[in-house]
Amino acid sequence: MAKNLNVTIKFWKQNGPKDKGHFETHDLKNIPDDTSFLEALDIMNEELIAAGKEPFVFDHDCREGICGMCSLYINGTPHGKTERGATTCQLYMRRFKEGETITVEPWRSAGFPVIKDCMVDRTAFDKIIQAGGYTTVRTGAPQDANAILIPKQDADEAMDCASCIGCGACVAACKNGSAMLFVSSKVSQLALLPQGRPEAAKRAKAMVAKMDELGFGNCTNTRACEAVCPKCETIANIARLNREFIKAKLAD
Amino acid sequence: MWLFNSSIGRKLIMSVTGIALVLFVTFHGCMNVVALISGEAYNTICTLLGSNWYAIAATTGLAALVVIHIIYAFILTVQNRKARGNNKYAVTDKPEKVEWASQNMLVLGIIVVLGLLLHLFNFWYNMMFAEIIGNPMQGGFEPTDGFSYMKQTFGNPIFSCLYIIWLVAIWFHLTHGMWSAMQTLGLSGHVWFNRWKCIGQVWSTIIIALFLLVVLAFWFCPDCVGQCDFKLLPFAVK
Repeated sequence: MAKNLNVTIKFWKQNGPKDKGHFETHDLKNIPDDTSFLEALDIMNEELIAAGKEPFVFDHDCREGICGMCSLYINGTPHGKTERGATTCQLYMRRFKEGETITVEPWRSAGFPVIKDCMVDRTAFDKIIQAGGYTTVRTGAPQDANAILIPKQDADEAMDCASCIGCGACVAACKNGSAMLFVSSKVSQLALLPQGRPEAAKRAKAMVAKMDELGFGNCTNTRACEAVCPKCETIANIARLNREFIKAKLAD
Repeated sequence: MWLFNSSIGRKLIMSVTGIALVLFVTFHGCMNVVALISGEAYNTICTLLGSNWYAIAATTGLAALVVIHIIYAFILTVQNRKARGNNKYAVTDKPEKVEWASQNMLVLGIIVVLGLLLHLFNFWYNMMFAEIIGNPMQGGFEPTDGFSYMKQTFGNPIFSCLYIIWLVAIWFHLTHGMWSAMQTLGLSGHVWFNRWKCIGQVWSTIIIALFLLVVLAFWFCPDCVGQCDFKLLPFAVK
């Protein structure tokens, strides 16, 4: 049985990266508990607009947990406390209590400057991918699918790594602002496959160099990243990246 | 040089110096147990080490490891604070998986360094240092009489309590540090993560328990420690 909830949304307002920013609050009345959290924010924005106020800005796109656009830090957890590993868009109002104040903040990291309110600039991740997160493929006739044998286990693990959607929750949760879980997943998805091996050393070095250049922090293995990752990436990826990087540097 | 200007390189420095220090602490812990069995045997070890060139060389190396480990701890912390940015979260919820020690390594490290200074003052200053500067009796006992210095130090409840706090901080520091060092070296994965974590917990618990045992025994039962006759011990040099 669905029931209705009354909650208070305490949301972050900030005009651009240089602005100091502050919290504002809005009371939401009679929200059905099967409403998604983003839908509740849509309702809040309708009410704010109707009251002649500026709506609250936040990122979202597919709203089905696969695009990696939504990025809200809800009640102290990136993406909020969802049913299982999932993004903000998969968070439902039934996860909150009647009368609760829900605090909504942006990803706070020097690597992700605030564009407005809770919308942050995550192009740093794109730059890291551009630095080496690809394989150089010569075009031509496609190979037979079975020409390169890949153990099922490796293929599955590579797929798990590839399921990282680059949302940035790992950076948001990390007390060091480190992007290691993202970078390691993106290095791993290719390092585990034979097609990725020829450029593995170059890739690890280039992506880590770009990550450092963009000002992300040094990983200190607190595991906060894997605890909040909506795609359940593990720090085994980080160990693999360390291995790939050290091996590549020693082979220079 | 990638060791100094890449994030993984800097972590590697922390990892390797940390592992070396764990090995030293292990050696030190084993050495201390000798004092529980025979004071005479313990002092033989003190004489063997003393201010001989090899002991001074090893101490210098050890000091270098400690200094590098501390310097890099601060460099990493400063960089990480900067990467985190100035805006703090209003609400933070610590996930269950995250160990307390892992987020407080610097604080624990600072307690460890303070304890280390006290330790150097209690022992090294009166032993190796006294011999080096040619004032062997400055602490009241022979510089090779480590056993008497232990009795004197741990006979003082304030010192004993401070040493216990110090040991607890080292235990927390090691429970995170040991598996973390292996993770940084890349010697971890889905299976080895749990193994290193278990090895780290067991190893650090045993070592710290040995140290604690020595402190408590010298504190509460100073007359029953180190009473075995060295000559009767199987490994004694006749």
